Amino acid sequence: MLRFTLRRLFQVVPTIIVVALLIFVIFSVVPGSFATSLFSDGKHAADPEVIARLNAEFGIDKPLADRFVDYVTNLAHFDLGTSFRTRLPVIDLIADRMGASLKLAVAAMVFAVLVGVPLGFLAALRPGSILDTVTMIGAVSGLSLPQFWLGLLLMYLFALQLNWLPSFGYGDGAFSNLVLPAVTLGVTPLALLARTTRAGVLDVLNADFIRTAHSKGMSETKVVRWHVASNALVLIVTTVGLQFGSLIGQAVVIEKLFAWPGIGSLLIDSVAVRDIPVVQGTILVIVLWFLLINTAVDLIYAAIDPRIKQE
Amino acid sequence: MRFGLNFWLGAALTALVVLAGVLAPWIAPFDPVLDADLMNSELPPDLTFWFGTDGQGRDVYSRILYGAQISLTVGIVSQVINSVIGVTLGMTAGFWGGWWDDLVNGLTNVMLAIPSLIFALAVMAVLGPGLPSLLIALGLTNWSWTCRIARSSTLSLKSQGYVQAAQTLGYADLRIMFTQILPNMMGPILVMATLGMGAAVLSEAALSFLGLGIQPPFPSWGSMLTDARQLIRIAPWVAVFPGLAIFLSVLGFNLLGDGLRDSLDPHMRTRKP
Repeated sequence: MLRFTLRRLFQVVPTIIVVALLIFVIFSVVPGSFATSLFSDGKHAADPEVIARLNAEFGIDKPLADRFVDYVTNLAHFDLGTSFRTRLPVIDLIADRMGASLKLAVAAMVFAVLVGVPLGFLAALRPGSILDTVTMIGAVSGLSLPQFWLGLLLMYLFALQLNWLPSFGYGDGAFSNLVLPAVTLGVTPLALLARTTRAGVLDVLNADFIRTAHSKGMSETKVVRWHVASNALVLIVTTVGLQFGSLIGQAVVIEKLFAWPGIGSLLIDSVAVRDIPVVQGTILVIVLWFLLINTAVDLIYAAIDPRIKQE
Repeated sequence: MRFGLNFWLGAALTALVVLAGVLAPWIAPFDPVLDADLMNSELPPDLTFWFGTDGQGRDVYSRILYGAQISLTVGIVSQVINSVIGVTLGMTAGFWGGWWDDLVNGLTNVMLAIPSLIFALAVMAVLGPGLPSLLIALGLTNWSWTCRIARSSTLSLKSQGYVQAAQTLGYADLRIMFTQILPNMMGPILVMATLGMGAAVLSEAALSFLGLGIQPPFPSWGSMLTDARQLIRIAPWVAVFPGLAIFLSVLGFNLLGDGLRDSLDPHMRTRKP
């Protein structure tokens, strides 16, 4: 298991290096710099002296090759550069926002698992029932919903009309502020989890070893708890892991909608003002996060199902 | 080939979106951009303005009809780009193998490591907002799954008798790929593209909502929702209808894709006990 763990962890390294290079290449072709964008509102005429001074300060007047060497050297020291706008180290800006993002992502996933898995389970145990039909229609709809639209509607209903919950903001970490963003973000993984759990459980229910368990007189509860649940778990863990990726992407929109102070809204705000080091750094951290979660899922997967390690 | 309920439901919704987009110039009661009248702003739905009016007094119903054009363009063009990239890379990688296969595999893995909305956002940040950038950003985003499917289909088709016969006859590699292999994997590729259209429409809506996609005053469903966020307290209909339009069109594409998959590949059919 230790060798497997180390091997999977080392596989992350080349991927993240290539992603870092890709991000550098993409953003090195950006037309217009932060310095020129300062004058883009047209209120002041562009001052070539100021632009040249700023470009020199940020090091973007150097040739591409030199910038590339700087970028790689800094990355190797876990230095993501300095923000053009705030002049603070990018890594500090991200570290400040990371907690809020993690909290939102985990809360959304917990909500999705707590509701989606039991729904899928019950639906599979009673196929064709009203609960099954409603769950499946709900799942297909949940996968087609623009999440931020659902967020808007929830905000309208629960915050503006009923006044039960705050409509946006972090509220110093109050639980009531977390509810709406987490539910909004959790809807798509919930729908997918309900669907995969149902499919997974139905698959297991038709397997030979379940028939054997029944025929040797095992009680229904025991069959479900011992055989069905443990076998469907692998599928559920995989789905949760894969969903984290799209959840991180969606979180950017949801954070912006609810003015949630996470790395997603940091990314959007930085894109708007062309604060490229922050944009690069945020994307890199998001990708690293996604890769680590996927690796963790593979490890859990191997721990649950010993067959995986053999491959 | 028999099609199930999913397929027909999806086809009906998709047809509705296509009709709305194509017929918009004739059936929309107002101009989506020019007929702004602040005297008529934020009117609730009535017989003149079926879905109410927005903050600038424009007819929400007309804007939604025209918005279908943008969503369809984004969905179709981005998926054509995705399919061309994915099929070309996947098919050649599977057919030729070797270092090219390793390179394509590596690239696919890197693309899969970046959440698709984040990648599209990065490309939009570089290219700037607007429809052409959106088409490029979303066209470059989701080809990795198509590529994987094309590669694995090619690997299994390569050992088929008719492909080997074509090789024995001395057909050029590219000719074999395009005449023998490609037609036999069109099914799964089409399914991926249909499902991808739904994903692309959702991404367009999200990017436009964030102000990075289609810019006002053009009527994209996503950018209509940006305005709705400010108005929701006094004019909730401005938020309800564009979102409903996105939901129904994406639902249509998803059901159509699911239905196609079910009829093309009975093994992948959602199991019914």
